[in-house]
Amino acid sequence: MPTEILMPALSPTMEEGTLAKWVKNEGDSVAPGDVIAEIETDKATMEVEAIDEGTLGKILVTAGTEGVKVNTPIAVLLAEGESAADIGSSSGSKQSADAEQQDVAGEKATSERVEGSSSQPQQRSVPAEGMKHPQPANEDKIVSPEIPEGTEMVTTTVREALRDAMAEEMRRDGTVFLMGEEVAEYQGAYKISQGLLEEFGARRVVDTPITEHGFAGLGVGAAFAGLKPIVEFMTFNFAMQAIDQIINSAAKTLYMAGGQMGCPIVFRGPNGAAARVAAQHSQDYAAWYSHIPGLKVVQPYSAADAKGLLKSAIRDPNPVIFLENEILYGHSFEVPKLDDWTVPIGKARVHKEGKDVTIVSFGIGMTYAVKAAEELAKEGIDAEVLDLRTIRPMDVDAIVRSVKKTNRCVTVEEGYPQNSVGSEIASQLMVNAFDYLDAPVLKVCGKDVPMPYAANLEKLALPSVKEVMDAVKAVCYRD
Amino acid sequence: MATARRRNGAADGEAPAAPDAAIIDALKKFETPAPAAFSKDEELRAYRDMLLIRRFEEKAGQLYGMGFIGGFCHLYIGQEAVVVGMQMAMQEGDQVITGYRDHGHMLATGMAARGVMAELTGRRSGYSKGKGGSMHMFSKEKNFFGGHGIVGAQVPIGTGLAFANRYNGSKAASITYFGDGAANQGQVYESFNMASLWKLPVVYIIENNRYAMGTSVNRASAETNFSHRGLSFKIPGIQVDGMDVRAVKAAGDLALEHCRSGEGPVILEMMTYRYRGHSMSDPAKYRTRDEVQKMRSEQDPIDQVRRRLAEEQGVSEDDLKAIDKEVRDVVADSADFAQNDPEPDVSELWTDIYAEAVPQAAE
Repeated sequence: MPTEILMPALSPTMEEGTLAKWVKNEGDSVAPGDVIAEIETDKATMEVEAIDEGTLGKILVTAGTEGVKVNTPIAVLLAEGESAADIGSSSGSKQSADAEQQDVAGEKATSERVEGSSSQPQQRSVPAEGMKHPQPANEDKIVSPEIPEGTEMVTTTVREALRDAMAEEMRRDGTVFLMGEEVAEYQGAYKISQGLLEEFGARRVVDTPITEHGFAGLGVGAAFAGLKPIVEFMTFNFAMQAIDQIINSAAKTLYMAGGQMGCPIVFRGPNGAAARVAAQHSQDYAAWYSHIPGLKVVQPYSAADAKGLLKSAIRDPNPVIFLENEILYGHSFEVPKLDDWTVPIGKARVHKEGKDVTIVSFGIGMTYAVKAAEELAKEGIDAEVLDLRTIRPMDVDAIVRSVKKTNRCVTVEEGYPQNSVGSEIASQLMVNAFDYLDAPVLKVCGKDVPMPYAANLEKLALPSVKEVMDAVKAVCYRD
Repeated sequence: MATARRRNGAADGEAPAAPDAAIIDALKKFETPAPAAFSKDEELRAYRDMLLIRRFEEKAGQLYGMGFIGGFCHLYIGQEAVVVGMQMAMQEGDQVITGYRDHGHMLATGMAARGVMAELTGRRSGYSKGKGGSMHMFSKEKNFFGGHGIVGAQVPIGTGLAFANRYNGSKAASITYFGDGAANQGQVYESFNMASLWKLPVVYIIENNRYAMGTSVNRASAETNFSHRGLSFKIPGIQVDGMDVRAVKAAGDLALEHCRSGEGPVILEMMTYRYRGHSMSDPAKYRTRDEVQKMRSEQDPIDQVRRRLAEEQGVSEDDLKAIDKEVRDVVADSADFAQNDPEPDVSELWTDIYAEAVPQAAE
């Protein structure tokens, strides 16, 4: 029976890709391990290898096709004795291609193989649908209050925005340099630093060994000596190895030196859950770092904020924790075309005005908040959505101002509930807006469990749009 | 012989070197040099600078006992030749960073005794306005980068200072001090690797005073020759008599020349000894009085210089006493100052947490 070759998933968060090139043509015989096609994701170009022996019977997706969803059949493989006439005659067994690639953790990732015998398909348990982050409508139309009217807007991914921010600051200031694992020759594990080595050279774009504690401390020393390092952690999970240098050395020195010497440094990288990478690689550090005096903590949602805030972070004379998100890297937003677009650290942004309830969130949490607000509008609840953007120093005034108008508040974040950013917001509102609250502040957080691997459990462990909607209805005393 | 295959193949076609050869190369790089021949002026400087540290530390111990100094207070008595000898080998622009046994390093870099002592007493004229204390003092002016309270944390930071030197194309070197205790911390080896990989101008000074708090070197370290700790990173190292300031100076000259010429880091293991406990609260039950007494009477770094000054340089007892008096006066003045200087204004609680952004001119 002909075997369908499926579009493989080449990274934990890949949902689609471009079929760049067919290396084999229809009629070619292929052996396991042969490269049959090349696929481009937003991160890299990967080679797709055949798993089974046979003849490439039919190409279903032509070269150059963009946006091919994972698991879409891209070709049909014929076994010995089969011909093109057999194609489409039955529900052919599906065979996804294996991919020769290194994922970000350096492990060889194999796409899902569905190898069950076609004679017993009904015995196969179908996995629950995995986590799909909400895709709010008009995500790319977000505007910031800082943008002058009439500014030309350019659709940009968060990934490109971060790269542009670093490149602009490196052009502007010769003391700014980038260091981290795979930032230079590999062009960034998540392709954030694409092109920087080419433009700025190996002196300023520095590949480090896998040695987080060491290079975080080295960056602190370079900052003490007057440079402005951008230290990229491949993910913030790995920064736990370096947390002593971040807190004890970077955050506290200005105070311990009586103001004589500070640490102008940016620690940045993806934070929080990606997709299906389980407990040790899925954690939101917003609340952790926001506990520390001396640190500034930024977690942007939109590309415009990512760019403007990263530029501000690089210029800031203090250590800034800049928390990105792998899932947001590929999201597109409008970014103002300005020579020097910066967003001030410490200022929240009203993402959507409303009068019935305030939903406060930041970073990836905004995807739930915005989507929930869209859905709630259909049910007659007019939610105001506030994007904190900076966790520390927190724009408490903006939260209080909004809640004084709406009298209700729900917070949304992917981090754990105890001592969460939402806990701090609830506490601030108790003190600063007690008489204005018509309901207790409710938090929507990640569940109080290590992140599970299984798709269905992972989905349950993260917040959902429904949970946000339920919380909003509860504080509005709607059923 | 080398049989290990490189996983990805040698990209440049170069045959992999036998690992033992690399280690032998690093070992052969240096031999411990003969002690430097000091002029009379150099002997006098060494004597005065070491004596200042000795007297300062004795006074600090006294003030601690009187309750003027709180918290942890780690005295440098016995180890004075290490920082003074290194300081004599350094050039303008070189940076110093160390752990928490740091008062000697500060005085050696030229920081004022008043400012250091006032910091120890937690007063407003201290180097950190009284907010840092014994373990956390800095002087940008004197290129002293702390004063670090976490064992080993200064090692990557000192390596970063060297990174900045190379980045800026300066000829300055980073002198990064740590103890035999810190030498077992993982981040030390992470630093060694990067420093050697990038040939950073850093001299790692391991002050081996034989005890990491109460644990002797042979109870804590599988390899007690710390000068060999860099060998798997191809960092040459030598053991140096850290009680002889001339030996320290000669080794410092050699190491600094090596790293200034772009050859990368060097490790100097200074064989030294602390006379006092780990901190003021240490009863020092882990060693005998005789052991301490023997070091004091036979190898004291200050006595060695004093003897040479009198016997070889013809310095009179009166001249030596004049130096003693000048040093005592400086220390007494600093103690007096530090006891009478006011505590920081309460408003200081809330300052220096964040630096204000200053408008920057684009390059």
